[in-house]
Amino acid sequence: MSIIFKAENVTKAFANHLALDKVNVEVPEGSIFGLLGPNGAGKTTLIRIINQITAPDSGTVYLDGRPLHRDDVYSIGYLPEERGLYKKMKVGEQALYLAQLKGLSHHEALVRLREWFTRFEIQGWWNRKVEELSKGMQQKVQFIVTVVHRPRLLIFDEPFSGFDPINVNLLKEEILRLKAEGSTILFSTHNMASVEELCDHIVLINKAQTILHGSVHDIKQAYKSNTFEADLLGFSGGEQDLPLEGIELLSFSRANGIASVRARLAPGQSPNQLLRSLMPLGQVQGFREIIPSMNDIFIRRVNEDKARI
Amino acid sequence: MKKIFLIIRREYLVRVRKKSFIIMTFLGPILMASLMIVPIWLAQNSDKESRLGIVDESGLFAGKFRDSENMKVTFLSPDLEAEKLKFAQSGLDVLVYIPRTELNVPEKALLYSEKQPSLNVKSYVQDNMKREVEAMKLAASNIDPDILKSVKTKIEVTTIKLGEDGGEQKTFTEVSMALGFIGGILIYFFIFLFGSQVMRGVIEEKTNRIVEVIVSSVRPFQLLMGKIVGVALVGLTQFLLWVVLTLGIVTVFQLSFSDTLSMAAADGGLSDPGKLVQTEIAAPVADEMNQGVAQVFEVIGSVNWVVMIFSFLFYFLGGYLLYSALFAAIGSAVDNETDTQQFMLPITVPLILAIVMAQSVVENPEGPMAFWLSIIPLTSPIIMMIRIPFGVPFFDLALSMGLLVAGFIGAVWLAGKIYRTGILMYGKKVTYGELFKWLRQS
Repeated sequence: MSIIFKAENVTKAFANHLALDKVNVEVPEGSIFGLLGPNGAGKTTLIRIINQITAPDSGTVYLDGRPLHRDDVYSIGYLPEERGLYKKMKVGEQALYLAQLKGLSHHEALVRLREWFTRFEIQGWWNRKVEELSKGMQQKVQFIVTVVHRPRLLIFDEPFSGFDPINVNLLKEEILRLKAEGSTILFSTHNMASVEELCDHIVLINKAQTILHGSVHDIKQAYKSNTFEADLLGFSGGEQDLPLEGIELLSFSRANGIASVRARLAPGQSPNQLLRSLMPLGQVQGFREIIPSMNDIFIRRVNEDKARI
Repeated sequence: MKKIFLIIRREYLVRVRKKSFIIMTFLGPILMASLMIVPIWLAQNSDKESRLGIVDESGLFAGKFRDSENMKVTFLSPDLEAEKLKFAQSGLDVLVYIPRTELNVPEKALLYSEKQPSLNVKSYVQDNMKREVEAMKLAASNIDPDILKSVKTKIEVTTIKLGEDGGEQKTFTEVSMALGFIGGILIYFFIFLFGSQVMRGVIEEKTNRIVEVIVSSVRPFQLLMGKIVGVALVGLTQFLLWVVLTLGIVTVFQLSFSDTLSMAAADGGLSDPGKLVQTEIAAPVADEMNQGVAQVFEVIGSVNWVVMIFSFLFYFLGGYLLYSALFAAIGSAVDNETDTQQFMLPITVPLILAIVMAQSVVENPEGPMAFWLSIIPLTSPIIMMIRIPFGVPFFDLALSMGLLVAGFIGAVWLAGKIYRTGILMYGKKVTYGELFKWLRQS
């Protein structure tokens, strides 16, 4: 998999604080890439650097292996966190204007916009003023103008904020469809559930530095703690009745007649060993490895990082 | 370049299509044309005939009031009280009572009427009595009216500008003053009107949150310049439409009323015709008026219109570019229009100063204050416009224009720095200190 976007030792300081401190990011082509971090970590600054709205103080940003060039704005689609449209302008006229600013010819923009308006079933809005539309309607228009020039790299900053659940779903479907068509999607969010659902790769930025970087699968594997959970039916004993033979018990609970046992294996111990010791006690209804959620990993890493000044 | 054109086009079309623009475009010329037409029209319409009944106690004026086109005079009995009683049925508009006095000639009259008599009636009575009384007094002193006429003298002072090439040119101080003032005030007005439009446009983009979407496609500087140029074109369009429409309305009016107007013009002026009966004493007045008309043509010929129009456009554009860049910087630093107050002061002070100083510049267009104010780019668009009709040395003009160009390049450069930081700042009250930091950091 080739790398479509790469940031190398990117540093950016503002008058009062350091926004990015030697940040390195690699975004594989065709992936959905999550840009994560607490508020004020420097995510928006990085996104603005990719969009060439601001320039880094030092370090280099590459697109397709070449340092970023002014014309690259045509290959990038950006949905900012602070987004909106001209309220007094007509929808169609405005969409045409924004599409032309992204390098499309008038004719091309018109054809593609018609397609998108048909797909979203909003043809009737073409001649309406933006201020006459509801918030959800405006968001659809906003999404269309972000993707109409078929950018290879799409950047969504908190795309789901302010969208109602129906539009969130629509947006997710469109993101997956765009990915299937070969676009790379970089999105910045606090919504960890959507990260689990959509992202292939992530980078976690905290206090201007990269603290975690890689594929979601690899990170989860790296952060799992060899913890397993089993559900037992028909076991009436207590915690002390478990024949664990040296396996560390983390928790024991009982609900609806089913006992849940959670245990951490030491190096060298195998899950089969745990399963064998539990099988005589009752009927095993479920057995699985506990993999940390991105939410857990996020909180854990950011808290660990607190020590750093 | 293609993008900046797209931006200019949008900024232009959005504003030109606005209702307020269309209303202003038509209202302006109608106001201006009516300023020119209404006095003429009023003068024409006051031609309604007035019937005067004269109660002359002395009997000195019998038959001496001359009928004119719209004054019909009837002499009544000298009994005022009786005539007053009859007045309502008499069909007269005004009752003129000239009382007998202790002196040999009466010098006052009383006008009785149901409605306030027009100024025309008043001056008609005044003129006729004055003429007769003067003639009587001359006769009493044995002075031949012809001698008196030959004694009357009018001194004409003509100012002539000596050109460096030895050429001479008549100058007209009052006209120069008026032209300078009009030019300066127009520029002041346009800077405020269209500069604040640029500012509102920037604030609108910020509050609509569209600005970040746009600057991901174009450079902030392109957006800034596109907006400034777009609004400048709106201003020029409006100005041009005003000139064309005003001339159009006046021409149409002139054509449809050409006969009455030419008649008034033949009378030597557009003031009330009652005054212009050809009499020996009134004659010089008419002469003066004819002379006035000729003078107007001479004045129009004396103004170097090419220089005037060129410098008006130059100073209008230069001043507008300089100030609108600063207005845009303010717009980018705030979240809404009410927050602009604290930053507006440094911009409005030089403009208002220029207007306040205009009077003393007119009085002394060559003085040091006039010189400095017409050199400094912040005040030069207004002050130089005032100086130009008086004739400005080439060196001053070149220096002023050069500095204005440098001034607006500097202002656009400064504004660009504040602008590109400011447009992405939300929900923060910005101070002067902060603006200064933005300037330094980028």
